Amino acid sequence: MLEDKDRIFTNLYGIHDPGLEAAKKRGAWNSTADLLSFGQDWIIDQMKASGLRGRGGAGFPTGLKWSFMPKEVGERPHYLIVNADESEPGTCKDREIMRHDPHLLIEGCLIASYAMRAHACYIYIRGEYVDERIALEKAIREAYDAGLVGKDAAGSGWDFDIYVSHGAGAYICGEETALLESLEGKKGQPRLKPPFPANAGLYGCPSTVNNVESIAVAPDILRRGAEWFAGIGREGNTGTKLFCVSGHVNKPCNVEEAMSIPLKELIETHCGGVRGGWDNLKAVIPGGSSVPLIPKDICDDVLMDFDALKEVKSGLGTAAVIVMDQSTDIVKAIARIAYFYKHESCGQCTPCREGTGWMWRVLERMARGEAEHSEIETLLDVTYQVEGHTICALGDAAAWPIQGLIRHFRGEIEERINQYRSAKPHVQGAAVAAE
Amino acid sequence: MSEDLRKLVVDGEEVEVPADLTLLQACETAGREIPRFCYHERLSIAGNCRMCLVEVVGAPKPVASCAQQVRDLRPGPNGEPPKVNTATPLVDKAREGVMEFLLINHPLDCPICDQGGECDLQDQALAYGRSFTRYEENKRAVEEKYMGPLIKTIMTRCIQCTRCVRFAAEVAGVEEFGMLNRGEDAEITTYLEKAATSELSGNVIDLCPVGALTSKPYAFEARPWELRKTESVDVMDAMGCAIRVDARGTEVMRILPRIYEEVNEEWISDKTRFVWDGLRRQRLDKPYVRKDGRLTPVDWTEALDVAAQKLAGNPEGIGAIVGDLADAEGMKALKDLMDGLGVKSIDCRQDGMILGEGPRQSWLFNSTFMGVEDADHLLLIGANPRYEASVLNARIRKAWLHNDLKVSVIGEPVDLTYDYDHLGETAADLDKALSGDLAKAFKEGGRGMIVLGAGALNRPDSAAILNRVAQFAKDAGLNQSGDDAWNGFNVLHTAASRVGGLDLGLVPGEGGRNVAGMLEAARAGEIETVLLHGADELRDNDFGDAFVIYVGSHGDEGAHKADVILPSAAYTEKSGTWVNAEGRVQTGARAVYPKGDAKEDWAIYRALSDRLSRTLPYDTLGQLRAKLIEDHPSFGGIDYAPGAADLDKLDFDALGEKGDLSAEPFRSAVTDFYMTNPIARASRVMAECSAVKDEAPRMEAAE
Repeated sequence: MLEDKDRIFTNLYGIHDPGLEAAKKRGAWNSTADLLSFGQDWIIDQMKASGLRGRGGAGFPTGLKWSFMPKEVGERPHYLIVNADESEPGTCKDREIMRHDPHLLIEGCLIASYAMRAHACYIYIRGEYVDERIALEKAIREAYDAGLVGKDAAGSGWDFDIYVSHGAGAYICGEETALLESLEGKKGQPRLKPPFPANAGLYGCPSTVNNVESIAVAPDILRRGAEWFAGIGREGNTGTKLFCVSGHVNKPCNVEEAMSIPLKELIETHCGGVRGGWDNLKAVIPGGSSVPLIPKDICDDVLMDFDALKEVKSGLGTAAVIVMDQSTDIVKAIARIAYFYKHESCGQCTPCREGTGWMWRVLERMARGEAEHSEIETLLDVTYQVEGHTICALGDAAAWPIQGLIRHFRGEIEERINQYRSAKPHVQGAAVAAE
Repeated sequence: MSEDLRKLVVDGEEVEVPADLTLLQACETAGREIPRFCYHERLSIAGNCRMCLVEVVGAPKPVASCAQQVRDLRPGPNGEPPKVNTATPLVDKAREGVMEFLLINHPLDCPICDQGGECDLQDQALAYGRSFTRYEENKRAVEEKYMGPLIKTIMTRCIQCTRCVRFAAEVAGVEEFGMLNRGEDAEITTYLEKAATSELSGNVIDLCPVGALTSKPYAFEARPWELRKTESVDVMDAMGCAIRVDARGTEVMRILPRIYEEVNEEWISDKTRFVWDGLRRQRLDKPYVRKDGRLTPVDWTEALDVAAQKLAGNPEGIGAIVGDLADAEGMKALKDLMDGLGVKSIDCRQDGMILGEGPRQSWLFNSTFMGVEDADHLLLIGANPRYEASVLNARIRKAWLHNDLKVSVIGEPVDLTYDYDHLGETAADLDKALSGDLAKAFKEGGRGMIVLGAGALNRPDSAAILNRVAQFAKDAGLNQSGDDAWNGFNVLHTAASRVGGLDLGLVPGEGGRNVAGMLEAARAGEIETVLLHGADELRDNDFGDAFVIYVGSHGDEGAHKADVILPSAAYTEKSGTWVNAEGRVQTGARAVYPKGDAKEDWAIYRALSDRLSRTLPYDTLGQLRAKLIEDHPSFGGIDYAPGAADLDKLDFDALGEKGDLSAEPFRSAVTDFYMTNPIARASRVMAECSAVKDEAPRMEAAE
């Protein structure tokens, strides 16, 4: 369990004042200029050494990502874009950072921008996050007034501007290239890659898109040292992480914990356990709606980190743990998730546009039992036809939950179909013999 | 040119291709066919249909081959060339999957779909799809969209490839198509449900890989396999776009573009594409003679006798005016006939254009259409290429978009679909415009092009304009000789027959009268007989008491004035030669036979010559063409545009005459794009286009 001294987000619950003075007392903006004075290479090396993996879901090493930016600023300026379009169902970590600890994020923006030689940073905030935007803008104003950002930001000699851009509520705009399109004022549709944003991102300029949490932890990593951060969690899965636990637990919560904490410990320690006891657990979606669920027997001893969850064919994603107890209609639950992806597909490329609707409709029928047994196999095949064939990862995100469902709860679907048929003897192939 | 070549293994076969090729092109180089819907050579890459997925060895997922360049591939660990597979089970499965997704919401109404038989989806479903469906749900239906009188929409068939969106935004330069909504509700629409305002809009019908956008006038008319396809040349403007005329029986059913990189790439204007219904209306299908004030049908013998009798009169009292659609063979026969009769008053410039003396280079589009893409500066004077040569305008836009072509305009401040410096509206602005920054830019920066529109060459002060522009061209060092020869002096004609006519010398001879002179003389009684060879666009239509012989295909202005009508074939009904604005000699073949008793122009003049005992020395088209080439060698080089060849023949000092420039604004020679010639004026489709072009967007009531 993470000790209090190792916490980065010390005002996660909004108990204290989010304002600048209070944030400074908690350690934000402490010797920022000194950190910058070590130079870009040092910062990037520290980030690499810390082992920080991107907190937006894919888990790409943050230091490595920063190092992809050109080492010299050419004709085109560099940009840092912070992805605050936190729309993954179950996830609400970035919103707490922006509401209660916005200065950690702003300071992180300065450091990351400096490390990537960007003079401007855009924070693209989710359309539904109105209060969060107001809180963030207030904090940015404070930072400007205090000279922490703007010309000669924080006395570092680096000119730095920060802008907040408000989205319009499309899940797909959290995909980094769709976000860039939206930021440019276009329809939010993912771009083809290559070129990657580090070569041609915002307005065709070298850009890096990072998650809020990845950026907000950067100042503390530099202040406390990469070894400190790397010392928490397992090899390759280091540091602290915000977990958002929701669903059938006694006390749903956001909590900062060490990476690689066992799932069971996370739920029992911070959330008062599963409703009705651990044995009442049915399944957990460990990383936001787009990762495959894991049934109880895996939940018993799985660790909450990128690699451990990958081994059980799921993923850490955004670390949004959705807990479902025995009362859950699991087929209906996954059908609802499928509806979400059908609703949020941008419609640009064929497999996702056509496949998400198909999968959702079949699942809706399956939830009622109104399906053929053979359709389970067909549905699974369709998910594989979507997965990996699309421009962005939304197709994968739509396919994985269904694959997880069929992998672990195929029996439940079959049983549902049998039940439906037994109640309707005229249905062909019904379990009850007609003669 | 040193090209960056890369080695690549496609299905086990090693090929070496330029690094900037896409994988799709590289695979095609290796002889592999890659199915695709959204990818199109002349449009930007969307990568959204996912049909072109291939396997790149080492890549975690199949790769959209249209969107990845050869240079994006990494060589293997020991430097071995990257491997691409197009026929593995992975690829087959991916294609099958995409095909299935495309078809689940596609109506499969092929039997009643006009795209049937030439549908990419149909063809590829056969080649790459499954033979059954696993989709049990209801299919999606999409509301139709109104896109004007040319494009019929059945949007349920749409597969959202966005080719039409990209064409409108990139090539046509009108951002009127777009995709609304998202996910499976995504729909292609013209935002305000109004007619597309582009004169190139019909090309989206060709681009649409399915039957979502089809030709409205052609709806349910014919099946592609019933049609006889004939390669021909368009005569709606002076570009000579390459077309294919599809006919069934005696009727032209539709007109499509042919790929001709140098002229029209693969686009044609809406007028070219949809004018075909004009070939069925207002046709002159038998000879007429005016009797007691009324045109009365007669047989050829009588009509020819009447005409011959008039032409046998005093040659000083005879004039001939040639219209805009004439082919070279007809004009040659007319010229030979008139020469035989001693008639000097002959003119092919019914709009009163001044050019026609001196070397050919003074009336050609010397830089060639393709040259636009090599130019750095372009100055348009009194020209509106958007309506005078729509496909050329698309090329100018392309150069402006991709090559940083700088465009300046002296003339009407119209929307040309690209930005330009507007330097003035009148000829009087020329002096100011041609000095200063523009002169500096032309002198210093690379290749310049000056385009004189027909609207600058048919005014009272045209000679002075030409002189002024020629002097500017000379001072600016517009033309460059040597290996990198460049002729930047261009005339943009609007009439398909014009360059051919000028090449044939259809201008007044010694003591002859030009068009204006003939009309004046007709009213004064000095000219007694006027022969109109398809001349329907005369500015002044009063022939006084002169006897009018009309040779042409449509009952238009000229026929109304006529005393004798000798019906002739329209451009799709004869084998003819046309010379486009570049001086490119092109031949079109006959797609259908002339209507009724109509004959080819040259045959009519041949018959007349016989009656006048001035028999023309050819009995067949072949003999006529041989004579044509013998007399005018430039007609021998089929499909050849001279460009900068014979550059030194063009003497800028000899062009035009010094004079005063008037403050009269330039006016494009084309006032109504859809109504420029008798065929277009006979077309209902063109009439409808002309009527809706200024219409406000259609609003649904009570919304």
